[in-house]
Amino acid sequence: MTQQGVRWTADQVLALAPDAASRKAGSKLGAAGPWSEAGSTDEGTVWGLCKGSGSKPYQTVIDIADAAGPAYKCSCPSRKFPCKHALGLLLLWAGGDGAVPPGQVPDWAEQWTEGRRKRAEDKRTAGAPGSSSGSGDPEAARRRAERRAVRITAGATELEQRLADLLRGGLAGAEQAGYGLWEETAARMIDAQAPGLAARVRELGAIPSSGPGWPVRLLEECALLHLLDQGWLRRERLPDGLAATVRSRIGLSGAADGPPVRDRWLVLAQYDTADARLTTRRIWLYGAESGRTALLLSYGAAGRAPEIALPVGLALEAEVSAYPGAGQQRAALGEQFAAPAPVGIRPPGVPTDVAAARYGEALRDDPWLDSVPVTLDRVVPTPDGDSWQLADVDGDSALPLSPAARSRPGLWRLVALSGGAPVKVFGECGHRGFTPLTAWPEGAGEAVPLC
Amino acid sequence: MNGTAVTPAAPAPGAWEELVTAALLGTERRTPPGVTPGPEAPAALLDAAAVETVRRRAGLRPARAAERPRPAPEDARPPLPAAAARRLAMLLADRPGTGGGGRRGTTPDLMELLPQWLATANARGFAAPPQVLPALLDAARGRTDLRPAALTFAGPRAVWLARLNPDWRFALRATPGGGTALPSPEDTARIQRLWEEGLFAERVALLAAIRAREPAAARELLATSWATERAEDRLMFLDSLRTGLGPDDEPFLEQALADRSRNVRATAAELLSALPDSALAARMAVRAGACVAVDRTRDTPAVVVEAPHECDTGMERDGVVPKPPAGRGERSWWFGQLVEATPLGVWPGRLGGRTPQEIVALPVADDWQSELHAAWCRAAVRQRDAAWARALLGLPAAPEAGGPGAVSLAERAKLLGTLGSAERAEWVAGFIATHGLSEAFQLLGVCAVPWAAPLGRAVVDALNIARDAGSYPWSFSGVMGLAERCLDPSAAGRLDGLLAVPDEGEDASPGAGGYWAEAFQRLVTTLRLRAAMQEELGVVQLPGPSGV
Repeated sequence: MTQQGVRWTADQVLALAPDAASRKAGSKLGAAGPWSEAGSTDEGTVWGLCKGSGSKPYQTVIDIADAAGPAYKCSCPSRKFPCKHALGLLLLWAGGDGAVPPGQVPDWAEQWTEGRRKRAEDKRTAGAPGSSSGSGDPEAARRRAERRAVRITAGATELEQRLADLLRGGLAGAEQAGYGLWEETAARMIDAQAPGLAARVRELGAIPSSGPGWPVRLLEECALLHLLDQGWLRRERLPDGLAATVRSRIGLSGAADGPPVRDRWLVLAQYDTADARLTTRRIWLYGAESGRTALLLSYGAAGRAPEIALPVGLALEAEVSAYPGAGQQRAALGEQFAAPAPVGIRPPGVPTDVAAARYGEALRDDPWLDSVPVTLDRVVPTPDGDSWQLADVDGDSALPLSPAARSRPGLWRLVALSGGAPVKVFGECGHRGFTPLTAWPEGAGEAVPLC
Repeated sequence: MNGTAVTPAAPAPGAWEELVTAALLGTERRTPPGVTPGPEAPAALLDAAAVETVRRRAGLRPARAAERPRPAPEDARPPLPAAAARRLAMLLADRPGTGGGGRRGTTPDLMELLPQWLATANARGFAAPPQVLPALLDAARGRTDLRPAALTFAGPRAVWLARLNPDWRFALRATPGGGTALPSPEDTARIQRLWEEGLFAERVALLAAIRAREPAAARELLATSWATERAEDRLMFLDSLRTGLGPDDEPFLEQALADRSRNVRATAAELLSALPDSALAARMAVRAGACVAVDRTRDTPAVVVEAPHECDTGMERDGVVPKPPAGRGERSWWFGQLVEATPLGVWPGRLGGRTPQEIVALPVADDWQSELHAAWCRAAVRQRDAAWARALLGLPAAPEAGGPGAVSLAERAKLLGTLGSAERAEWVAGFIATHGLSEAFQLLGVCAVPWAAPLGRAVVDALNIARDAGSYPWSFSGVMGLAERCLDPSAAGRLDGLLAVPDEGEDASPGAGGYWAEAFQRLVTTLRLRAAMQEELGVVQLPGPSGV
């Protein structure tokens, strides 16, 4: 494996930042000034000393060779992860103007990388990912699972009752009932160990204040929640795939025990969503040989970036294993054979009608699905009244953009990239519309992240 | 995909609407068709709604495409090199504002380098990567001084984008005719139509463009509608004749001296006085000549001044403003205006065949010196007369900070503007060597970037002296900031000796040494960054001057 000459772009580095403040602070440190004794190796270790406000400079070291995204270590007290020093050093390295020359790893940096790689090695030899280590007694595990199922069943039954009460009295009353009722019900579902139900219930609470057309959306979501309850209560009678889907939608995630698929996985998109407690990171991968699309999910406590970070446009040679459930895209990253490196490949695309049909077909396996990942080929971002759509360059079909996508700055990057000409766009296509995540110009050019 | 845009397949028309209505009202009041009222009604309604919801979603089809936007005009410029594109992304990521008010430390102020980056990219003729245009337009929206360079670099696609986003409307205003190209010189019919029907901004842009190409044609175009223009517009149009002003313009300007508007008359007079051979300049020379003479009766010859006693209608017609501003005597006010509008070339003949240097060196009787020299300064700037500017500036090392003639720093800065860039840099270098940096900021501002080697050396030496004198670097933050942006990057090597923290002297301000080292580090880092920026944009670096 050689990393020679492969440097990331500033955008790719800045994508690692946990928040906007770190991004700014990091880009300020992306200059030679405060750095000394910086260097890098072809094996993917980057290190440097950064002068801070104190007398002793901070020691920053980064291991970019890890396919799960770079690992960082810095002697600064910041709780941001990666800290501004790590970002600054990576920017300096990405800038490639000789400020981070190849060199011999100093002892303090080597200790850390050695320790890290050894731990990773130990973990790999200890057991394949997925086989839960230390679960101990299988009989005890079975009893635990049974107890949980009983609780979930009680929760689902209670939720059915609440939905029935709501429909008996009418949704019009829900507007006055407000948020409190739903929060309380959501808490009951957490008690019932059904986090999937709890999350859906909490979302119901926000719908009555979501603007015109809310009764339709509220009925849709109530009906799908009812469908999920019923799916759980009758899971024994469902086909295996659908039963697994129901379990995963309820919040029983299961292990990623699908057969590992080795491929060159292109990072299509990475974006974070955050609520008060949790940052969720979604990374879409596309397998260059298998043609599969996979979703990596990772989590971080609020204010901290989830640990795994894979900048758009890189590809990694790795194994990926699917989580159970029909129509589920989620997968886990298994063994990695080479560090992520920039590549020029692009996923093949389809016209808008095929994209819409894909979503429809995917609902057969998972009726709760909000969207599917799709790459659109040769579409033109087109203004449509107050909104935007992606229109086929030939023919007269178009997919409207989702409301969320309309207010993002990425929309304007997409429009600018297109300039009225067709572009290739990867995104999520669903009942709310199309959410563009990454775009490629028709001619030569890098992937442009839109999220 | 919302409402109207999408038509789900609906075999039972109205079934979904029935379900929504029943759900809103509640099954106690209403049940949809096919659901029997009773305790099981809510579950039955939800069953039906679940089927409908999934069916509606599964049946989503693409919407009808709206009218596609017209493609953006082609940008024929070569694309930006990859390294330069990364650099630009980094410079733009530094937005908005700087540092958050804290001490800047040793890291460069990236946003401050953006103007220079844009100027270089424009000089090299590169096209902007389309995906950075939104960030670039946002940056230019917040900083009007960035707009011309940013919009030039952004190119035709930015104008195309600005039509789609009201936040960037400024890009349409800044581009003449909202980006529609000006008519070609041959297209006289279109020129005439745009001149007669265009908006004011379009007409100003049209006139300026023609004036730059063919001065006489612009004047003739202006003459066709002159009589019917509003006074404010006449003033703006007249102002555009400054470009390419020449003797041919005199008849038109003479005519404008009789304009109804006083501001138009004053501008016409000002333009005429910049033409040394004009009739107005000759009339002014006669008037001013009557006021100034050399008195030979004294031991040393001296200039005597006899200011005019009245402002007659002829003077007023030639643009002399009769009423002085508050606090100024009217005779000296009139006198200043006469000298300012007089061709400098008449004075050697009038004052005994002396050179400008000798004239400026003559003593002036009765406290008229500052008035007379200030008027000559204004004349030298207006007539762009380098010989007189040189004389008035005097030697930079002259003991009274300012030389014999020039009165204020602002005037000196303007006089320097009439000299060539090398001479300008040399003069300012000499000034700094004698007087230090405390008054140099304004003068440095008129020097060409990057600073010529002697000027750069003088600034670095002066900073070094200031450090050794024990003051804090922020007393020089203005000059430091200029140096970061204007020093030749190849000068970075000479700063190496200044990066260390020096031993603290007894009379030094506490900690100043450390702050100076930090400031010099920032300076060096910024210079290296600028050198890298230049290189990425394909500018060949000259080998740096060796040693001091």
